[in-house]
Amino acid sequence: MSDPIIKIENMNKWFGDFQVLKDINLSVEKNKKIVVCGPSGSGKSTLIRCVNRLEEHQKGSIIVDGTELNENTKNIEQVRAEVGMVFQQFNLFPHLSILDNCTLAPIWVKKMPKKEAEDLAMKQLEQVQISDQAQKFPGQLSGGQQQRCAIARALCMQPKIMLFDEPTSALDPEMIKEVLDAMVNLAKQGMTMIVVTHEMGFAKEVADEVIFMDEGMIIEKANTKDFFANPKSERTKLFLSQIL
Amino acid sequence: MNKLNFLKPDKNNLNIYLYTGSILIIISILDVFLSSFFKINATNFLPETLSLFLPLLFGLIGLHLVRIEFSGIKYLDLLNKNINTNNFNGLLTLLIIFMIILAAPPALSWFIFDANISGDTKDACTGTGACWTYIKVWFRRFMYGMYPNELQWRINVSFIILVALAFVGYFAGEKLKKFLTLYYVIIYPIIAYILIYYLISGGAFGLEWVETGAWGGLSLTFIVSFFCLIFCFPIGMLLALGRRSSLPTIKYFSVGFIEFWRGVPLITVLFMSSVMFPMFLPEDFFMDKLVRVIIAISLFEAAYVAEVIRGGLQALPRGQYDAAKSLGMGYWKMHIFVILPQALKLVIPGIANTFLALVKDTPLIFVVGLMEIAGMLGLAKTNPKWLGFAMEGYVFAAIIFWIICYAMSKYSYNLEIKYKTER
Ligand SMILES: Nc1ncnc2c1ncn2[C@@H]1O[C@H](COP(=O)(O)OP(=O)(O)OP(=O)(O)O)[C@@H](O)[C@H]1O
Ligand SMILES: [Mg+2]
Repeated sequence: MSDPIIKIENMNKWFGDFQVLKDINLSVEKNKKIVVCGPSGSGKSTLIRCVNRLEEHQKGSIIVDGTELNENTKNIEQVRAEVGMVFQQFNLFPHLSILDNCTLAPIWVKKMPKKEAEDLAMKQLEQVQISDQAQKFPGQLSGGQQQRCAIARALCMQPKIMLFDEPTSALDPEMIKEVLDAMVNLAKQGMTMIVVTHEMGFAKEVADEVIFMDEGMIIEKANTKDFFANPKSERTKLFLSQIL
Repeated sequence: MNKLNFLKPDKNNLNIYLYTGSILIIISILDVFLSSFFKINATNFLPETLSLFLPLLFGLIGLHLVRIEFSGIKYLDLLNKNINTNNFNGLLTLLIIFMIILAAPPALSWFIFDANISGDTKDACTGTGACWTYIKVWFRRFMYGMYPNELQWRINVSFIILVALAFVGYFAGEKLKKFLTLYYVIIYPIIAYILIYYLISGGAFGLEWVETGAWGGLSLTFIVSFFCLIFCFPIGMLLALGRRSSLPTIKYFSVGFIEFWRGVPLITVLFMSSVMFPMFLPEDFFMDKLVRVIIAISLFEAAYVAEVIRGGLQALPRGQYDAAKSLGMGYWKMHIFVILPQALKLVIPGIANTFLALVKDTPLIFVVGLMEIAGMLGLAKTNPKWLGFAMEGYVFAAIIFWIICYAMSKYSYNLEIKYKTER
């Protein structure tokens, strides 16, 4: 068994007095796909935002690709460059064209030559099938296209891990599929992924492991088949019955 | 033939409505015009106070009759859509037209018909209108202050060079485009400083030295505004970022700085810069009065610019920060490439506001004895040979300030359109 690329141990997080995450333990091996689900407010977003330290945890440890994340982490930018993230609200940079959105970080963070960055960006945009939109601006694209662009932008940094925070829940139903297709595609290429989503079809198709969270705790963690076939906790059963 | 209903004009009898309406409107405007320009009062059977009432009534009825939707006549539709949507709008339109007509004769006669411009002394001004002779005689003082006449070409040459250099951006090829920011933010101000230091101030290369106390007039307005605008913007930007910083020292320094400068009036700042500030400096240290004033105004305005920019920073959704960070950008990269371009775009109107205020505040430098255009006016109007022409002077200055400010405001508006992005 290889060393896990993400290792979270006894992690706790508070927002002021309010404890959002309680004793989280999670390790993710390379090339594994984890789906996280749970009711609203259960701390799913916070959990994955801790993985690239968009949020700071107060107790416990998080190790990402050999680097422990804490206030002493000097090269947090380096860690973030290796961890791509896709947001519910896309968060594209509205003042830059689709192509520039994709090349900005490779050029300025990875110091990639412009030409090379553009070639890479076009390749990634090709993968998510929006290479014909490269010169447009985010405001001119549909939600589904924007989210696929966001995926391409993250992939242009050639990350080792991809985090998805409800990537399809701000989309109209007819656009969900195109984004999920792009994610399935990515999964097939062997990317390590943590995906917060309620798309259980997607979970069944690609996930190695499914995690159910509630009130800041991991209630259930099982491989995909077991998770859906015989969930152990009552709360998981209830949740699944509502969502399926 | 359709039935005519004058309460409800419609398209069927378009021409009849149009002709009656137009005639009524023309009568109403003509009446006001005649009484205003030629003192012919066609309605003098009515009491004086009602002399505007009849044309107003005629005009209103006329406007009502021509208010026909989708008439198919381009100009009529345009007129109806813009200034004649309903009776109230029609009334306002008429009142404004009347006001312009009524105000025109006295204004024109003061500005042009009864005004004087010939001669070189006060005696040339005999008419009841403006005495433009006064402006003519004092023109060089209003433009260049006490700067010696025979050396004024130096100011002209520097300004022409600076204006020419300002347009470099339009001619820069693709290759040089990325250096433009560097050019405008750093190189251009340095060139400007060198030009002003060596050419306007002089003292080297065989050019006679002219002390800054002699500078003045509109050229000084430009010099002060130019440097203050250039300095206050980057300082304000850093203060805005500082105020949002997570490092307490930087944050509280910025807060303190901003609140200090916003809390004191500009006039006291200027006064202190010339009286108090030198007391804190070493004995033999000399800093020119003009330099001190420029620093003082820049810091003062920077505090305002900082708050305007902070407003823009706060308007950006947190997602933009998250996305930039998640791509591995550090603080400066994130701000330079993602946050500031968007925030600055949002605050163009606010920045333009601050800059306009700055330009209009420059006359205050009179408190330290520097006389830009308004200051020179104050001087000229108290000259014993030219007493009594304050009005002309202030109108002249007002026109000049208006031109400058209107140009700036137009420019900022163009920038706004140019950088508009869809969200
Ligand atoms: N910046 C913050 N400050 C204070 N409380 C916060 C903050 N962000 C989130 N919370 C709280 O933390 C809890 C967990 O939030 P989180 O966004 O992680 O939930 P979630 O599981 O992602 O929910 P959803 O499905 O609605 O996205 C919520 O109760 C929320 O109100
Ligand atoms: Mg969430």
